[in-house]
Amino acid sequence: MRKKLLLTLAIVACFAIGATVAQAKTLTLGLKGEPTSLDPHFHNVSANNMQALYIFDKLIRQDNRQKLQPGLAVSWTPVSDKIWEFKLRKGVKFHDGSPFTAEDVKFTLERIPNVPNSPSSFTGFVSTIKNIDIVDANTIRFTTEQPSPLLPRQLAAFTIISKKNAEGASTADFNSGKAAIGTGPYSLVKWDRGDKITYKRNDAYWGEKLPWDEIVVRPITNDGTRVAALKSGDVDLINFVPPADVKHLEKDSKIHLSESPSTRLIYLHLDSDRDDSPTVTGNNGEKIKNPLKDPRVRKAISKAINRKAIAARIMDGLAVPASQMVPDGYEGTSTRLMPEAYDPKGAKKLLAKAGYPDGFKIIIHGPNDRYVNDSDIAQAVAQMLTKIGIKTEVSTMPKSVYFGRASKLEFSLMLLGWATDTGEQSNCLASLLHTYDAEKGFGSANRGRYSNELLDSTLEEALVTVDNDKHNNLIIKATEIGIGETGIVPIHYQVNVWGMKKGLDYNGRTDGYTIPREIVSGK
Amino acid sequence: MLAFLIRRISQSVMVLLVMSVLVFVGVFYIGNPIDILIAPDATPAEYARAVKELGLDKPMLDQYWIFLKDAVHGDLGNSFVYNEPALKLILQRMPATMELAVTAMLMAVFIGIPLGMLAGIKHDTMLGRSIMRFSILGFSLPTFWVGLMFIILFSVQLGWLPSGGRGTTVELLGVPVSFLTWDGIQHLILPAMNLALFKTSLAIRLSRAGVQENLQMDYVKFAKAKGLSNTRIIGLHVMKNIMIPVITVLGMEFGGLIAFAVVTETIFSWPGMGKLVIDSIGVLDRPVIVAYLLITVTMFIIINLLVDIIYSILDPRVRLGDHN
Repeated sequence: MRKKLLLTLAIVACFAIGATVAQAKTLTLGLKGEPTSLDPHFHNVSANNMQALYIFDKLIRQDNRQKLQPGLAVSWTPVSDKIWEFKLRKGVKFHDGSPFTAEDVKFTLERIPNVPNSPSSFTGFVSTIKNIDIVDANTIRFTTEQPSPLLPRQLAAFTIISKKNAEGASTADFNSGKAAIGTGPYSLVKWDRGDKITYKRNDAYWGEKLPWDEIVVRPITNDGTRVAALKSGDVDLINFVPPADVKHLEKDSKIHLSESPSTRLIYLHLDSDRDDSPTVTGNNGEKIKNPLKDPRVRKAISKAINRKAIAARIMDGLAVPASQMVPDGYEGTSTRLMPEAYDPKGAKKLLAKAGYPDGFKIIIHGPNDRYVNDSDIAQAVAQMLTKIGIKTEVSTMPKSVYFGRASKLEFSLMLLGWATDTGEQSNCLASLLHTYDAEKGFGSANRGRYSNELLDSTLEEALVTVDNDKHNNLIIKATEIGIGETGIVPIHYQVNVWGMKKGLDYNGRTDGYTIPREIVSGK
Repeated sequence: MLAFLIRRISQSVMVLLVMSVLVFVGVFYIGNPIDILIAPDATPAEYARAVKELGLDKPMLDQYWIFLKDAVHGDLGNSFVYNEPALKLILQRMPATMELAVTAMLMAVFIGIPLGMLAGIKHDTMLGRSIMRFSILGFSLPTFWVGLMFIILFSVQLGWLPSGGRGTTVELLGVPVSFLTWDGIQHLILPAMNLALFKTSLAIRLSRAGVQENLQMDYVKFAKAKGLSNTRIIGLHVMKNIMIPVITVLGMEFGGLIAFAVVTETIFSWPGMGKLVIDSIGVLDRPVIVAYLLITVTMFIIINLLVDIIYSILDPRVRLGDHN
């Protein structure tokens, strides 16, 4: 009798163990943003670009420090000044089993400018390409209008879709999954809008080994709820842990945190081109000539800012003081530039030299729902400026109102952020510091209308210099000009924190993406 | 009755029209959605393309006229952000919100009314006073704070219930619902409790006041004199009399419940319409905002109309629209 019982127990135990082994391994992610679409070319915004990497692959990958790595292309070389040749990876298959070839690349590039109703397209990344020539199934050549050193960077911005499955497909077809067939590590099972996106592993994936059978992505926009979901074990990993929660999560024995600096720069733009600036007045409220036109005044503002204090107190240590527009170690960054040292005395002297010994009045504008602690940073900057005699008022508003007004040049001094998706500095130079030029497409985010001819010509030369070293040297030169004249005031780079269950590890990425194939399972 | 209905419907159409103008003009003047949606390094040419493609380059009056013409045909426009019909997006999310609101309302009725009656009967005891204190708390604590406390207590500390999301759904007549699976019910409990708290307090107050008032009435004294049991007097006669005002008020409040769901849905990442509209307001997705408000207002109008009609049936003294 006893033996029988033991035997039964043993059998039951075996089944129980068998059942747990056979159970699918699922990784549940709680992410701050939800993509607006699964069509990878509909909306160029980071939540979409990140989700696209689950289903699709890029020709050229960006690693977690945004260096270029082979993806669907194994190599890329300039054949001549205006021709790039890409060798494609052999033996790659789409989720439906059809092979990946140069035709799919050509199809993708031709589709990009023609996605209907796209609120932000990738057209800018392919507009330099004049001709696409398929040499053979695994070789493709791009001929550009101008020599184009940045072409590999630009082709590392978007993913490749399947000609067979996506020809004539609409954005809605991608959302339903019909056309969302890629070569990527996971295939789409279902998108329950607002609730979750479910993926299953692509067993034929050409890249890394993938430890999970299933990935569930849950959009949890509220910071407190996202942290609670991790603490309660509902999700395995969350992104954008709010700085205020880092300390108590560090003490939690069941949770592991990892952090990574990001390319998200927080900076000030100053109205530096007009004589009459909207929110600048003299000490008694009288109209004065715009003092921000004087580089010395701008330098004084930069010197007045205590970057270390902002990083330590307002950002709880989750920020790195910035010297330029992308962090050290990136391509095209100057090693000579250092974060401007906190020097209120020097700032006052500069103001006096510029003819403002008693300062002036100004309003700093900023968003209050866009960047980490954005309105607190604006407050701190205002106090620091007031200390050197620039009496500063603060006005913050929701991003839906703020950015439109900032682009209409309604502000004199504004707090802004910039993230470099391409992972190098020319992108910021062209958008933030080059003279505004609607026709050539330069200075589109130059809301201070800073302008310097030498910077413009140096940058424009760099953009057609294919030799990598020469290109980088020109970019560095242009950066030193712009920062030297304080075209913008860099404050800091945000640091992103990921929280996860013990046993998982994630290195973090400078672009802030959460990519499951880079998550390491300890077991 | 017919004249009343016709007048009521034409008034409703006016309300909808005025509301659409207000929202349209309001959102138009806040800003241009492209400023938020477009990649910051987009060139001016790309900016102009996006503006043109979404029809935002036309004057406001033209845009409104196009909207109105399409609306008459049942098309409330495509979302700027999702490039799908706004109406479809909202209807997709509606079952989640309705499920949450109905569950919350049922909780309010089945918890609030009995507790309120109890408080009315035993108004000067410890129990009665505790119930009233609870209802004061329910009235005065902000929903988002209570929601977070629920998550911290029930999900993080005790680990009993999930912290958010909708869980497993099954299709019931083609509509996905949570309440038919155990996992779904677990996900439903916390947000529904959170949403129900305010209405439960309301139901407690209403039914307590009703019971206290009715207990003084002659018919109760008469019933007592007749020798009817207390259970029968309260459970049948008093109950019937307090139900009319309670149901009327709660019925009207149901619309509010759907609108209040916005906060609860955000905290519990519940995929309902409220969360959709909050996200849409953040990026000025005008078609979705306008469509959401039109649908909500329509719902309010219908609920009010139904309440009026039912009331006139319940109480013959009330005549619909008969002011003369």
